[in-house]
Amino acid sequence: MVVESHAVEMRGVTKRFPGVLANDAVDFDLRQGEVHALLGENGAGKSTLVNILTGLYRPDSGAILVRGTPVSFHSPRDAIRHGIGMVHQHFMLVPTQTATENILLGLSEPRFWMALSRYNQVIADLGEQFGLTVDPGVKIWQLSVGEQQRVEILKMLYRGAQVLILDEPTAVLAPQEVEELFKTVRSMAQGGKSVVFISHKLHEVLSIADRITVLRKGKVTASGLNTAGTSKAELARLMVGREVLFHLEKKQRTPGDVVLSVEGVQALNDKGLPALRGVSLTVRSGEIVGLVGVAGNGQAELAEVITGLRRLTSGSIRLHGEVVVQERETRRDDFLVRRIIDSGVAHIPEDRTHVGTAPNLSVTDNLIMKAYRQPPVSHGWSINASVARSRAESLRSEYDIMTPSVETPVRHLSGGNLQRVILAREISARPRLMVAMQPARGLDVGAIEGVRRLLLEQREEGAAILLVSEELEELMELSDRMYVLYAGEVMGEVRQADAATIGLMMTGTRLADLSVSVGTKP
Amino acid sequence: MTVVEAPAERRWRWPIEIRLEPRLSQPAWLGFGVSLGAVALALVLGGVVLKLVGGDPVRAYLYMIRASFGNLGVISDTITKATPLILVGLACALAFRMRLWNIGAEGQFFAGAFGASAVVLTPLLAPETPSIWMIPAMILAGFVAGALWGFLPGFLKARYNVNEIISTLMMNYIAVAWNNFFIFAVWTEGGFQMSRVFPKTAWLPRLADYAKEIREFRGLTAHLGLVIGLLAAVIVWWVLFRSKWGYEIRLIGDNPKAARYAGVNIVRNTVLVMMLSGGLAGLAGMSEISGVVHRLQGAISPGYGFTGIIIAWLAKLNPLAVIPVSVLFGALILAGREIQPSGVPKMIQGIVLVCLIASELMIRNRIRFIFRPVRS
Repeated sequence: MVVESHAVEMRGVTKRFPGVLANDAVDFDLRQGEVHALLGENGAGKSTLVNILTGLYRPDSGAILVRGTPVSFHSPRDAIRHGIGMVHQHFMLVPTQTATENILLGLSEPRFWMALSRYNQVIADLGEQFGLTVDPGVKIWQLSVGEQQRVEILKMLYRGAQVLILDEPTAVLAPQEVEELFKTVRSMAQGGKSVVFISHKLHEVLSIADRITVLRKGKVTASGLNTAGTSKAELARLMVGREVLFHLEKKQRTPGDVVLSVEGVQALNDKGLPALRGVSLTVRSGEIVGLVGVAGNGQAELAEVITGLRRLTSGSIRLHGEVVVQERETRRDDFLVRRIIDSGVAHIPEDRTHVGTAPNLSVTDNLIMKAYRQPPVSHGWSINASVARSRAESLRSEYDIMTPSVETPVRHLSGGNLQRVILAREISARPRLMVAMQPARGLDVGAIEGVRRLLLEQREEGAAILLVSEELEELMELSDRMYVLYAGEVMGEVRQADAATIGLMMTGTRLADLSVSVGTKP
Repeated sequence: MTVVEAPAERRWRWPIEIRLEPRLSQPAWLGFGVSLGAVALALVLGGVVLKLVGGDPVRAYLYMIRASFGNLGVISDTITKATPLILVGLACALAFRMRLWNIGAEGQFFAGAFGASAVVLTPLLAPETPSIWMIPAMILAGFVAGALWGFLPGFLKARYNVNEIISTLMMNYIAVAWNNFFIFAVWTEGGFQMSRVFPKTAWLPRLADYAKEIREFRGLTAHLGLVIGLLAAVIVWWVLFRSKWGYEIRLIGDNPKAARYAGVNIVRNTVLVMMLSGGLAGLAGMSEISGVVHRLQGAISPGYGFTGIIIAWLAKLNPLAVIPVSVLFGALILAGREIQPSGVPKMIQGIVLVCLIASELMIRNRIRFIFRPVRS
């Protein structure tokens, strides 16, 4: 027997899919009690590797050793029997059952009589041990996303997992929940568990991992780097294979005329509760205005009101001084949306797959979504197929959209490529105002750089840009000015401010009430 | 080092594992090829059934082919059967493209038959009106009546979000009952549950009508309704894939939120699509009574409207593919009757359907055979 130094060791693991070498002789080792990040762009082979580790796939070649012993898994059940458990990005829980019921699901004990109250206690104790507070008796649908994730982790711990694999665990979480998760991960590591943390977000990896393994195109580009000895720039280079610019050059530019002015806008959210309580702001041509705030403080509703997708209950929206949306609007929604599109407003929606694109329509059809009403794409009643096609072809090469052909349904495209389709469509309309919701969320570092570059180019061309993001760093970097939104109200306008000041405003302190003097007041 | 095997490993396993892996791209020929394979498989399975009931599958199939495509006469009969199916198939395919589940093609078929009959029986046009006026008037009336029958559920859906599956289904019963009222009472001929026979000017021309000029046409029942159906298929195809309106229909059907985001008028399109869909089914009713039955009566549809749903799906909602699928169904209906009035032929139809629908799996996925090494 070899020394039991590694909780898991994978040696020369190779997995080939039709046309793709997903893992090419990958070595990976996990020490007991460490948090080991698996870093890589989408499609780099991270998921394939952990799917092999959890028995979902079988490797074409290579060996897996658990505590020094070679193993061969055929199913996730085999893996959990060896103490390896995975928490998937998309939860696998029954919404109408309680946390305890979900955790016990599929186990041979308890057999017939559930004795739920006893198990509730067992699970509550287990949660206590690792700082995973969750009420075991509450039904899943009543839990927040963060709590549901804790149930998933508890499920694996209850099954005796010594090695926990977390697949992009932060993708679904709000920033506050991320911090909670990190506490849990640390306490699990201190409790002797080993954690594989999959991510493509550099700052998260740097703050949580002890060591980092980087994958690119199925190959290991850095194996077991110590987090202390590395940097964001180095990791990005290892991931993408070239230098990534985090700080893009932003040219000095004097903003022009006011393009968008939002005046005392009030609106309701989907539940009929007030989401905007008198928001006023302006965006000039040639400037990027950031909208700062924790998600759910009215950013999404504001973007919808500006683009005509949501009615306002009071106030008005002006474009170039002309009122386009007002209270007691009698015109139809679709008429408003068309009018706003036609007056040069581009909208990058938050939800790429459910709002921004039609999954089963082709790349071409998705690219003409805003242009099909006007010539040259339209021709009388018909759509000029050859014009549409050549337009799609040129956008495809201009925006570097990776697709087998422009006839491919966009559901086959990766997240980054889907965003390129949306950006290509919206930017090619030469917008005078662009409302960009989280344009870089969930993208790879390389793609994020591309999106930011495009936004800055638009700014230089004189477009007015309203940028909504949850990444404060991104906003501070790109914006000329920022408004902080809290509970549907503007807390203040800032030009340059430290993160602490903005943080206070994000939690509900008005700029006027802060003693420090920062930025300008409108 | 010893290999530690989990207990489950010792279980006997199949030496070959079959796995489905999603296809990333679908070559153009795939849909056609797989469908053809599915029909072939269905015929083999149907052959087993025929064998079990003591028949000779090969002979039975040859007989069925002869009975539906054997000579000009039966080919013409097959086409006559396929004609209303093309139109109702188009009606369903169009509505389904926008994810409007119009289950009411049957009712719209009856409404169309009623509208066309009203022209002759009310009478809106005198019986001696020449065909050149009579037929277009009937076509128009059939289309409008069907469209109105589609308008109601469409309007309710667009305005009040009334589930169109339920409303169109219920409208079917109303349409049939409405027709019954007229054939039992208003237009009854001597107490029989049917109207009088239409004057010849209200008949769609058949091939047989030209038998004097072309002898081969003698006794051929195929009528002008086929041309209406083929034209309609081309028009619906053009609308869906080449027009601005069709683009909106496909966009709404695929993602209504994206359509809203693009400024498409969903309310108006819902009503219009339901009306065009109803109008097409109405044309089928018109074509059937004016081309085949020549009077209004109760039994004018053996469930054409419902068969249209199946045809639309099998044609993958492609208007042009509706044509061959309808001909196949026409043939199955016709040839089936030659073997047994009901029973085995219906069963074979069912097997064809199940195979075709199940074959969808093969289009979306590829099948991988994984051979396990035999362990000692």
